[in-house]
Amino acid sequence: MTKMTKLMGATAAVLTMGTAAYADGHSCTAEGRLSIIGNEFPAIQSVAALAQSCEGLEAEANLTADHQSLNVPGMTGDPAEYTSAIVANSSIVALLNEDVIQPLDDLVAEYGADIPDHMKISVNGEIMAIAFMANAQHLVYRADILEAAGLEVPTSYEEVLAAAETIREQGLLENPLGGAYASGWNLAQEFNNMYIGHGGEFFEAGTANVSINNEAGVATLEMMKALSEYMNPDFLTHDSNATSAEWEAGNVALMNMWGSRTGVLMDDEGSAEEVYSNTMVSGPLMVGDSGVPATTLWWDGWTVAKNISDEDAAATFQALAHAVSPALLNDETMSQAVWLIDGFEPQAVNEGVLASVAAGSKPYPMVPYQGLLHTALGNELSDFMQGNESAEQALADVEAAYTAAATEAGFIQ
Amino acid sequence: MSHTPTQRKLPGYLSALLTTFLVVWLIMAAVPFLWTLWGSFKVEGDFFSKADWTNALTGELTIAETGGAFTGQGYYGAWVQEEFWRAVMNSAIVCFFVVTISLTCSTLAGYALSRSTYNYAFWFLIAALIFRAMPPITLVSGYLLPFFEWNLWGHLSTTIIVLVAINQPFSLWMMTSFFRNIPKDLDESAMVDGCNRIQAFRHVILPVMWPGVITTGLFSFLLAYNDFAVTALLLEKDNQTMIPKIASFLGTTQTKGNVMFAVAAVISATAPLFVLILFFQRQIVSGLTAGAVKG
Amino acid sequence: MRHKTFLLFVAPSLIAMIALIVFPVISVVIQSFHAQHEQVIEVVENCGPFGCTQTTAVNQEATQALREAEPLGRWVGMDNYINRGHLAFAELADAWSSSDTWGEWWTKVMNLPFYSAIVFTLTFTFIVTPLTIALGFAIAVAVNSAAKAIRGPLIFVSLLPFIINPIVGSLVLFWMVDARGILGQAIQWLADDPDLSVKASTPMMWIMLMVYGIWHSAPFAFVVFYAGLQTVNQDTNEAAMIDGANRWQRVRYVTIPHIMPLVTFVALIQLMDNFRVFEPLISFSAEAHAQSLSTYILSDLTGETVLFNSAAATSVLTVICVGILLSPVLVRTWRDFKRA
Repeated sequence: MTKMTKLMGATAAVLTMGTAAYADGHSCTAEGRLSIIGNEFPAIQSVAALAQSCEGLEAEANLTADHQSLNVPGMTGDPAEYTSAIVANSSIVALLNEDVIQPLDDLVAEYGADIPDHMKISVNGEIMAIAFMANAQHLVYRADILEAAGLEVPTSYEEVLAAAETIREQGLLENPLGGAYASGWNLAQEFNNMYIGHGGEFFEAGTANVSINNEAGVATLEMMKALSEYMNPDFLTHDSNATSAEWEAGNVALMNMWGSRTGVLMDDEGSAEEVYSNTMVSGPLMVGDSGVPATTLWWDGWTVAKNISDEDAAATFQALAHAVSPALLNDETMSQAVWLIDGFEPQAVNEGVLASVAAGSKPYPMVPYQGLLHTALGNELSDFMQGNESAEQALADVEAAYTAAATEAGFIQ
Repeated sequence: MSHTPTQRKLPGYLSALLTTFLVVWLIMAAVPFLWTLWGSFKVEGDFFSKADWTNALTGELTIAETGGAFTGQGYYGAWVQEEFWRAVMNSAIVCFFVVTISLTCSTLAGYALSRSTYNYAFWFLIAALIFRAMPPITLVSGYLLPFFEWNLWGHLSTTIIVLVAINQPFSLWMMTSFFRNIPKDLDESAMVDGCNRIQAFRHVILPVMWPGVITTGLFSFLLAYNDFAVTALLLEKDNQTMIPKIASFLGTTQTKGNVMFAVAAVISATAPLFVLILFFQRQIVSGLTAGAVKG
Repeated sequence: MRHKTFLLFVAPSLIAMIALIVFPVISVVIQSFHAQHEQVIEVVENCGPFGCTQTTAVNQEATQALREAEPLGRWVGMDNYINRGHLAFAELADAWSSSDTWGEWWTKVMNLPFYSAIVFTLTFTFIVTPLTIALGFAIAVAVNSAAKAIRGPLIFVSLLPFIINPIVGSLVLFWMVDARGILGQAIQWLADDPDLSVKASTPMMWIMLMVYGIWHSAPFAFVVFYAGLQTVNQDTNEAAMIDGANRWQRVRYVTIPHIMPLVTFVALIQLMDNFRVFEPLISFSAEAHAQSLSTYILSDLTGETVLFNSAAATSVLTVICVGILLSPVLVRTWRDFKRA
């Protein structure tokens, strides 16, 4: 199976990067324009800063949380305002759908000999993006509370439920579970995780017709509902910021959280000593008997705009290729993300993401209409979570909302 | 305005009732500010105080993390590390030009609207008002493509013009009602004396219109100062104004933000408004009294 | 005033509004009758750091031809307006025929996103607007009867909720009403229920949003009414007193008629702003409990795939609703205009 071997290859590459470090001999020069649009978190800031430092470039970067609203309009014009968009596997589809980014095969052949294969994102055989970091949601737990309750670290959501019951029974914590269940994007993402964990498929193969109103969908919602019984009653307003705040206050013992957020949970700021020193990460949780972890893998990577001159495309490519080369890694940047770059040395906080990759988790689907389903899930599931309607009704609502949106967007004829 | 003594004296029970009501209202109005001001000198754990709300007062974690019960970390982070002053300068530029341009346009148009007796003047006002109902987020999303296409996107000047336009209906409405309360005889007698419209406006209306202009200007200022929908999507990171900058401190789904930077920045951003209101509250009231809102 | 002079005076304002409001609004209306092109989907293999998967993608070459033929998209007439995301005629009819009781029918209607959004929006508008006016008037009267020396500070403090940025103001309030925050604890203590959480119940969330709405806009109503009170004709007041009118009658027959035009003005601005309620819902993460027309538009515009046509249809419906809502005020303004 090529899928498995490639996945193993990628995992091996991630896990053995420590040995592959090599000195970066060449500095960076590129003639032309570089203009980056992307999200604003520190890892992307580092990449953009290094890319902009290349000599001979006319460089700028617009890193903002609103990048998704800006990247398509900003790359549609000719010449495009932005020569590169930094995207994730969820957001690259908007650029692909609108046909505003170019295949990178020629540029890779000319300037990208050093880019390892596991960083290349290809669609239908054409390289469309270069990924540089990975992320995933996985279990975070409080070692002291599990120990006090006499519990092992859970590996599945069924065990999490049992553990939550024990912790509550023993009076250790009132609401031992946490989770980013805020209505909207977060809640939909938890559904996606759990649905994939149940072995569900979102669409009828090869079409845009949704099919989630099935056994896996109902089981997913019931598990989410069962978990929510052990969460703070405000869980529908808890995004990952609020969930982390709950964690730091010491109110939560088990939660499914983004790998990129575990660093701040484990440092000595924001929480009492007993909380941060007992905060541990573990791999992704399983659910049911599908054998697929209930989580999704994410990458962030850069693209090159289509509507720009060849010169600018080459300059953009060279600068960004340099920015995600081992030259990026130093003491400061090393801990900013789980880099896919050769020479990355995993830290303790990264174990959860690496374990998720190693456990054979699925990537977040790179499907043209996945975003529409995500929005529909986010809007329609909260009625069920509040106990106002049945799981079947909620899933039927999601399907109806998605179908209306996908029809308008032209995916369903 | 003259008050007769009888009018000033209130029966005891009524006076007590009004005083109680006023005290409750003042507490409601001021406490969130005082709370935020106090909290801005704490660390995040204490500001949220999810473990115990009294931590916000005693600053338990602040003491543990910084050694003192108060810390300026939030302010240092926002102003020095994140260069909040850049956003302050951008906001100052945007506000100054929005207020000036907006007032110039709406004063001229408002005057004309108040003096015209043709039906189209009425429909002009109504159309402006109805168009104001279009949700700004839809308008702004519609701007993106053409603005990128014509290379207008990302500049302060574009944002200023957009804010002026969005603000026009409200300013127009206020200025028109204000001018209606300046007797027509004033400028008409000037025109009988041989002035043309523009001269009449300049010599007769201009000197008496300031209260209304100041009031309208303050509302325009608040709009530009507090805007998020337009500035967040139309400005580049480099020339961001304060409110989007504050929002960017709050973090994203995958990464933690610096909430305390945001809190400190909020206090910093509100301080100028305090000064402004202190200086201008008399003018707002007198401007409104002079008739800007008499319909 | 002559047409030419009129045009000269309104030109700057007119140009700005035509370019940045009228044209965009026309374009929004046109787009609300269109939908995206049919996308040609093909099965492809995607590869990345986590291996390869079979999935689908848009075939750009096939779709390109359609795009060039019709740059605006497919003309779909009223489809955007009547699909499930908006007026949902088919779903309404279905709910009607399949429901035995009014309650059942209502539940089904409330399950449709547009209708639940409009019900919240209207409830918010019609509760917050009158209460804002009432509270603003009460504060104005109270401040007006205070000693002159302390009126300045009183006005200053009273204006605070209005000048604070709505996003930030509601966020601060949201943090304070957390079940473990200071206000949340106070509410629990008052209600004598240690498990009460404002954020967990729909009715409490609605009340919170409305309280915030009133708190935020009452100062605006206050300052307008306070200004109005300064100009109440004292002669009339005294005459009424001599005629034996008591305090209440004087308020009823002298003060209130005097500030009636101000009430119209405040009502007009408030109706319009409340109908577009947006910021507090975002800051309160209220999506699970309340959705307004504006947040509904936002969810169309901020997904991974932007549904501009759908957002355009909702926006046009919003404008129509505001038009209907304002019509009594507009009729009144028309009369005033003709009288002037």
